[in-house]
Amino acid sequence: MTAGRDNEPMPAKNPTTVERVSDRELVVTRTFDAPARLVFQAWTTAELFKRWWAPKSMGVPLRSCEMDVRVGGGYRLVFGHADAEPMAFFGRYLEVAPPSRLVWTNEESPDGAVTTVTFEERDGKTLLVLTELYPSKEAFDASSGGMDLAAEQFVQLDALLLTLG
Amino acid sequence: MVQYSQTRFDASFAALSDATRRGVLEHLGGANASITDLAEKFHMTLTGMKKHVDVLERAGLVTTQKIGRVRTCRLGEGRLEAEAAWIEKYRQLWSARFDELDDVVENLKRKEKVHDRRKRQ
Repeated sequence: MTAGRDNEPMPAKNPTTVERVSDRELVVTRTFDAPARLVFQAWTTAELFKRWWAPKSMGVPLRSCEMDVRVGGGYRLVFGHADAEPMAFFGRYLEVAPPSRLVWTNEESPDGAVTTVTFEERDGKTLLVLTELYPSKEAFDASSGGMDLAAEQFVQLDALLLTLG
Repeated sequence: MVQYSQTRFDASFAALSDATRRGVLEHLGGANASITDLAEKFHMTLTGMKKHVDVLERAGLVTTQKIGRVRTCRLGEGRLEAEAAWIEKYRQLWSARFDELDDVVENLKRKEKVHDRRKRQ
């Protein structure tokens, strides 16, 4: 199962690529050195999901995470520092096909994208492809690609820029 | 120079972090407009819109020219650079997430191996 692993030096992190493939669609790809069922498990188990979805560099902690991973089931993520107004992200699962495909809606805004994640296993590794498809170009341009949270880090700088005027 | 780019990069991203400003850019992509036009279109005060345009202008996303009493806004040359910066910021977010996910998955792998070994014994 792990043939060849021993001759490999310290594994470097696999690269993440992002491409805007159309005027309303973004695609993120990344390879994981693990079978698809494990990667899928980390996307569909709330307790595991919580450990990676809000990395420190994002600057905003994930306070709670509930997921009912089945077709039509809902999820709800709440972000925010203890003393700040919480921000909720929620939607429904449209497709759940372990261990190869997950599709969900983003319903916190009316122009939310539909997110599709596919897990393709080859030689014990998994190619993950995440697609965010917005309902229109306008919706894409108006959104921040789910970066409202990352953008929070910049609110301070933003305020500074405004005062410099 | 590097520092300058980072500042510019952050300024671009900050400028794009606001929905109104993204809307203004979208609008200017179609046609130039005065600050008064933009304020009306986005239901804002002139002062409020002027602040947004200032942020966009400082990031190089918009240029303005005052003729008489009218200040006309058009897309700046930094627009493409800003889009690239935006994509890069987005990539950094996913990259950071996936590096954490690596650890979670690695843990699962290890647990599974231990479990398999126990089963064999």
